[in-house]
Amino acid sequence: MKIHIKHGRVIDPMNARDEIADVFVAAGKIVGNGHSPADFHANRTLDASGLIVCPGLIDLSVRLREPGFEYKATLESEMLAAAAGGITSLACPPDTDPPLDEPGLVEMLKFRAKNLPGPRVYPIGALTQKLDGKMLTEMAELTEAGCRAFTQADAPLADTQVLLNAMKYAATFGFSLWLRPQDVFLSRGGVAHDGAVASRLGLPGIPALAETVALATILQLARETGARIHIARLSTRDGIAMVRAAKAQGLSITCDVASTHVHLSEIDLIGFDSHLHLVPPLRSLRDRDAIREALRDGSIDALCSDHTPVDEDEKQVPFGESAPGASGVELLLPLTLKWAREMGVPLIQAIDLISWKPAQILGVPGGNLSIGSCADICIFDESTEWIVTSKTLASQGDNTPFLNHPMQGRVRYTLIDGHIDFESPH
Amino acid sequence: MHASLPDANTLIAQLANAIAPSLAPDTFIVGIHTGGVWVAERLHALLKCAMPLGTLDISFYRDDFSRIGLHPQVKPSTLPFDLEGRDILLVDDVLHSGRTVRAAMNELFDYGRPASIRLAVLVDRGGHELPIRPDFVGLTLAVPKHQNINLSRLDDGHLTLSLA
Amino acid sequence: MNLQLTPDGRLRHLLTLDGLPRAILTQILDTAESFMDVGEREVKKVPLLRGKSIFNLFFEPSTRTRTTFEIAAKRLSADVVNLNIATSSQTKGEAILDTVDNLAAMHADMFIVRHSQSGAAHFIARHVAPHISVVNAGDGRHAHPTQGLLDMFTIRRFKGDFHNLTVAIVGDVLHSRVARSQIHALTTLGVPEVRVIGPKTLLPTGVEQMGVKVFHDMEAGLHGCDVVIMLRLQNERMKGALLPSAQEYFKFFGLTAEKLALARPDAIVMHPGPMNRGVEIDSEVADGPQSVILPQVTYGIAVRMAVMALLAGN
Repeated sequence: MKIHIKHGRVIDPMNARDEIADVFVAAGKIVGNGHSPADFHANRTLDASGLIVCPGLIDLSVRLREPGFEYKATLESEMLAAAAGGITSLACPPDTDPPLDEPGLVEMLKFRAKNLPGPRVYPIGALTQKLDGKMLTEMAELTEAGCRAFTQADAPLADTQVLLNAMKYAATFGFSLWLRPQDVFLSRGGVAHDGAVASRLGLPGIPALAETVALATILQLARETGARIHIARLSTRDGIAMVRAAKAQGLSITCDVASTHVHLSEIDLIGFDSHLHLVPPLRSLRDRDAIREALRDGSIDALCSDHTPVDEDEKQVPFGESAPGASGVELLLPLTLKWAREMGVPLIQAIDLISWKPAQILGVPGGNLSIGSCADICIFDESTEWIVTSKTLASQGDNTPFLNHPMQGRVRYTLIDGHIDFESPH
Repeated sequence: MHASLPDANTLIAQLANAIAPSLAPDTFIVGIHTGGVWVAERLHALLKCAMPLGTLDISFYRDDFSRIGLHPQVKPSTLPFDLEGRDILLVDDVLHSGRTVRAAMNELFDYGRPASIRLAVLVDRGGHELPIRPDFVGLTLAVPKHQNINLSRLDDGHLTLSLA
Repeated sequence: MNLQLTPDGRLRHLLTLDGLPRAILTQILDTAESFMDVGEREVKKVPLLRGKSIFNLFFEPSTRTRTTFEIAAKRLSADVVNLNIATSSQTKGEAILDTVDNLAAMHADMFIVRHSQSGAAHFIARHVAPHISVVNAGDGRHAHPTQGLLDMFTIRRFKGDFHNLTVAIVGDVLHSRVARSQIHALTTLGVPEVRVIGPKTLLPTGVEQMGVKVFHDMEAGLHGCDVVIMLRLQNERMKGALLPSAQEYFKFFGLTAEKLALARPDAIVMHPGPMNRGVEIDSEVADGPQSVILPQVTYGIAVRMAVMALLAGN
């Protein structure tokens, strides 16, 4: 299908482009930028006047809930939701049931996803069998089956010997480890950031130390082994400082934060709304502000949604009993735009955080609009105002702290592999 | 509109004269807060009553609780005697619907079982909604629904009646 | 907290003392004063809440607190139903909101809720219909507002005024919903100096931001106090590696006559109960002339009557 995208503001961070231009798509690839290729007869013309045309978004953490948690959400529903959010590639964590610790499960997931409309799905494989933190998985086999990296997701890995071995083994092959820094003992029993708000509310706390202590271990081991490490979901000021320092020392690490943590803090927990129950927990205003600044200065490499659909039954209980997590694949874009507006950051830099940078971290094609690149494109209206409700969200998870909040910025078209996989009813 | 109201103290004196002949010496005088207590105090003195004076706050016995809630200033009821088998003279300033007196009687019965209760009011303004009639009354005056007759106490302790 | 108040500022639920205006706290204390007399009479009842149904929803068992609420409700002539969800087959059974909805359908007017999770009473209050009031009888570590109120009632009875007092709360503040409620009440009522005394492992992070002065040295902390409130120490604290032993705790943070002497000579000693004699408090002090621990219990009924009467009338 030949598609002509007309008069959009093309923002392509990798190529440092921000200009009004046309884009031409054919056979799943970008075949022209600005000038129409010879003999190009569009089957479809999209009028992108007043809209932004950027690389399809790449979300580093989207839980699709299959296999095993179909009552919370399904592959179909979540992939459509992702497409509605402008996402053209996503990485999904292995904490499914059963966990993605065997090549067969990974192949099945990829096969299912391939035949459904929606983004390219890149599974992140389990680092240990059953995610139990004891025995390594067949990382090489899993990579062959399609895993781009390995992680424990939120499952603990307290045995430092196992972690060291995992890193050495991964380093043997050049595999990447995505690690959430959370010390299992210091976070035991906690549901909120250990600070003045949790103390006031009587909620068991998870101190910032839980992140920094674990991070110190990870960084030390990474230095020793030379493993490629990506730190998933930073939440503390001190943690950011540690990563910044490690990078300055030449350590090959990257890191991300969840879009919720760019805007919310422990203060939002007043009222005990379980939609604010997240992992890592929402921390102090100082931590939040450090995150916002670190995204601007590049210390944090990417933003992701950490999309986690949770059945409403598991949220309609007292805070401490609720299942943690927020749905948010459709909010990644507007929340990123909101941050950029509030911080005075240029759009091109903001879009970089959710397209080109994540593409590099994940090591996949896309994230750019170069000629010859796959036609994974997001076309959005940065000024559309809308309210987040269960009706306006396509995901089966309504569990978002932003329910009933106004958002600015909405996707109009999402092209994946040159097909229009999402088109907003307009 | 009515001509000026009689002097409250004169009325109380008249009330005392009416009560005196039939008042048994061991009768307890009980006033209903707030105006009823002022009248009861005067009567208690004029009648040279030997028994201690009782006071009742009927806030917890009102029948309009669900509508208007709890009164912000609940004063304690003081009944410094055992009223089991005794004669009570219940005193209020203004008798209107009769609901205050009903509440007062309910409360008295929660303290014990008196032998008798007689009612003395300074003013009966009509508009009875319950079968409650005073045994002794200082002034009977039909007051229209939209108006109120009030007993107030000035700083020097002087009691006066007014129409509003 | 908006959830607790009607749009015109009257009490709709009692969930926490945090954020309640001083006028409302005072109103409750004044109303409780009037209810004290009811307990002295032969007929210890007033017909105020006749026809109303009060449901005790105790997800966490407690005989003492539940009994006090029951007595208070009955003295207001309300009908009381006790539900010990903790003892029925409730492990992963009926969801809380389903239980609440079923009871509301049986014409409940008020829920008295005790739960092991902080925020449980808020959670239920957000869900119930407008005519139903929720009273928090203790939720996790968060709040125990009626206990806080009866403690204030006690202080007012014995000390008259709040404006000149130094009050110390001693012990496991970290796990104590009573302590949190007391701190909010004391600061709202204008107590100029509220102190918390305990080892670092038993004091919450950032507790100063609740308006208290922190002491780790009990002798320094008791100096000049008018009121000493002792908190119960649970055995679990030793198992949770927060403290080594009850003996060492008692030596440094237990209240003995010698330590009490460091407070003002007319200082009163309080304890929300039940007491661990010899762990946080010496029997000599608990039974001594400065202890007001027994009167605290009787005030509990009057305070709870006041709370229920005010809520039902609003």
